[in-house]
Amino acid sequence: MLRFIGRRLLVAIPTLFLVITAAFFMMRAAPGSPFDMDRKLLPEIEANVLAQFGMNKPLHEQYVDYLAGVARGDLGPSLKYRDKSVADILKENYPVSLKLGLSAIGIAAVMGVSLGVIAALRQNGTADHVVMGVAILGVCIPTFVTAPLLVLGIASKLGWLPTAGWNDGALANMVLPVTVLALPQIAIISRLTRAGMIEVLHANYIRTARAKGLPEGLIVRKHALRAAILPLVSYLGPACAGLITGSLVVEKIFNLPGLGKFFVISALQRDYTVVMGMVIVYAALILVLNLIADLLYAALDPRVRLS
Amino acid sequence: MSDAVVPLSAVRGRSLWDDALRRLLRNRAATASLAVLGFLIVAAVFGPMLSPYAYDQVDKAGVWLPPLAEGRVMGTDALGRDLLVRLLTGLRVSLAIGLVATLVSLVIGVAWGAVAGYVGGKVDEAMMRVVDVLYSLPFIFFVILLTVTFGSNIVLIFVAIGAVEWLTMSRIVRGQTLTLKNKEFVEAARAAGLGRGGIILRHIVPNLLGPVVVYVTLTIPAVILAESFLSFLGLGVQPPMASLGTLIAGGAQDMELAPWLLIFPSLAMVATLMCFNFLGDGLRDAIDPKDR
Repeated sequence: MLRFIGRRLLVAIPTLFLVITAAFFMMRAAPGSPFDMDRKLLPEIEANVLAQFGMNKPLHEQYVDYLAGVARGDLGPSLKYRDKSVADILKENYPVSLKLGLSAIGIAAVMGVSLGVIAALRQNGTADHVVMGVAILGVCIPTFVTAPLLVLGIASKLGWLPTAGWNDGALANMVLPVTVLALPQIAIISRLTRAGMIEVLHANYIRTARAKGLPEGLIVRKHALRAAILPLVSYLGPACAGLITGSLVVEKIFNLPGLGKFFVISALQRDYTVVMGMVIVYAALILVLNLIADLLYAALDPRVRLS
Repeated sequence: MSDAVVPLSAVRGRSLWDDALRRLLRNRAATASLAVLGFLIVAAVFGPMLSPYAYDQVDKAGVWLPPLAEGRVMGTDALGRDLLVRLLTGLRVSLAIGLVATLVSLVIGVAWGAVAGYVGGKVDEAMMRVVDVLYSLPFIFFVILLTVTFGSNIVLIFVAIGAVEWLTMSRIVRGQTLTLKNKEFVEAARAAGLGRGGIILRHIVPNLLGPVVVYVTLTIPAVILAESFLSFLGLGVQPPMASLGTLIAGGAQDMELAPWLLIFPSLAMVATLMCFNFLGDGLRDAIDPKDR
C-alpha cells in the first residue's frame, strides 16, 4: 500500500513537471507583459523592473529559475499585487474556494447517493421517475443559469438570504452558492448511484443475503451500497475539476473572495507567477484526488490489488 | 425479363443501422428532441433574416421594453436591441461553435485514439500519457490560457474548445480499437497485404462509428456549455456579437430591472442542452441496446 502510494507520487512528479512546462511557455507566448500600463514606462525604468523580477534573462534561464523556485517551495512574488507573494494570495483566498467546494461535494455525495438508492429501490416507480427527471434537469441547467435565477427569486424578491458577499463564511451567505455548486453534482451522482445499485441488486450475493433472511435495510446498506458506489469513487477526480469550473462562475456571481477571480484576471493581466501558482495548486489537487480515489476504490473492492 | 423478378429494394435485409433507426424513432423523448432541435436550428439560421431588426440595431427610444410591447416579442435590452433577434443570433453562434468544435475534437480524437490503439506498445503508452497529462489540467484553465494567449476571436474558441474536448473521444476510440484490432476481418485485411494506415482508415475507423456518433451528440452540448462559461467570464464571443452565454451574462446583470433578459436566453439554453442530451441517450440505447 505504502509502496503503491510512493510509486503513484513518483509518477505524479513528471506529470506536474509537464503541466508546469506547458503552462509556462503558453503564458509567455502570449503578447503583452505584466508591466504594460496606459502610460509607457521609460526604457530605463522598464529595464529596472524587469531586472528586479529576473525577467531580463533569456526565457529558458527564467524557466530554470522558476523550476528551481518551485522545487524549493517558493512560488515567487505576484507581478501585479506589489506587496504580495503568490503564497500570500493562495493562503488568503484558497480557503474560501476550498470551503465552498468541499461543502458542495459533501452535500452532493450525501444527497446524490440517497436519491440514487431510493430511485433504484423503486425502479420504474414514481419516486424513480421524479428523481431521474430532476437529475436530467440538474445536468442540463448550467450553474450560470441557476445562480442568477436563485438570487433573483430567493434573495432579491423574497429577501430570505443575502444576495452576495462572503461575510467570513457565515451560514446564510454559504447557502445559495453551495446549493448552486452542488445541484449538478447531485444530479450526476444520483444517476451513477442508481445505475450501480440496480446492477448490484441483481447480483448473486445479494440473493444469498436475502435467502439468509437478512433484513432488506441491512442488505442495502451493508452489502449492496458498498459495491454500488464504486463507479462514484472514480468520478471523484472529474467531479472536482467540475467544481473548479463551477466555482469560477459562482464566485463571480456571488462576489466571493475565492481564488476564482484571480484565475481570469491574472491571466488577462499577464501576472505570470500568480497564474502558474494556481496551475500548480489545481493540477496537484487533481492528482492527489485521483490517488485518493484509487485508494478508496481498493478499500471498497477487495478484488482490486494495488500494484 | 419476366414479371416475377422482384425489385432489389424489396428484398433488402434490415441492416444494423435500420434497426437502430427504428429503435430511435420509437423513443419518444429522442424523437421529440430531434424535432425541437430541428426547429431551433431552422429558427437560428433563418430567423434573423426575417426580422425587421438587426441583432446590433440600437433603438434609443425603445429601451427596456417588456415582452410583447410595441411588437417586440421578447422585449428589448438596455440599448433598445431586440431580444428575439439577439437570441436567435446567439443561438446560431452557440450551435455553430458546438458543431465546429465537436468536429475538431472528432478529427483529433478519432485519429489519436485509433493510432494509439492499433499501433499499441510504447507508442500507445506515450500517446495515452499525453492524454492523461492534459486531463490533469483543469480544463477551463487551459481554455482560458489559450484565449488569453491568442486573443479571443471566434475561430480560436472553436479550436480551443475542440482541442480540449478530444481527450475523452480519444479514450473511447482507443478502447474500441483495442477490441476491433483482433477481429477476423482485420486479420484478413492484414493477410491480404493492406498496410497499417489502410487498415486504420478503411477497417477500424468505419467500425467505430456507433460509439463515436453517440459521443458526438453528447459533446455538442458540452461544447455549447463550455463556450457559454467562457462568454460568461468575458472571454468568449465579444460584443455586440451574441451567444447564449453572453446573453445570459448580460441578463444576469440586469435581472432586477428586466428579468426577461435573463429568463428567455436561459430557457433557450436549457432547451438546447436537454434536447442534445435526450438525443444522445436515445442514440446510445438505439445503437447499443445491451447498454440499456
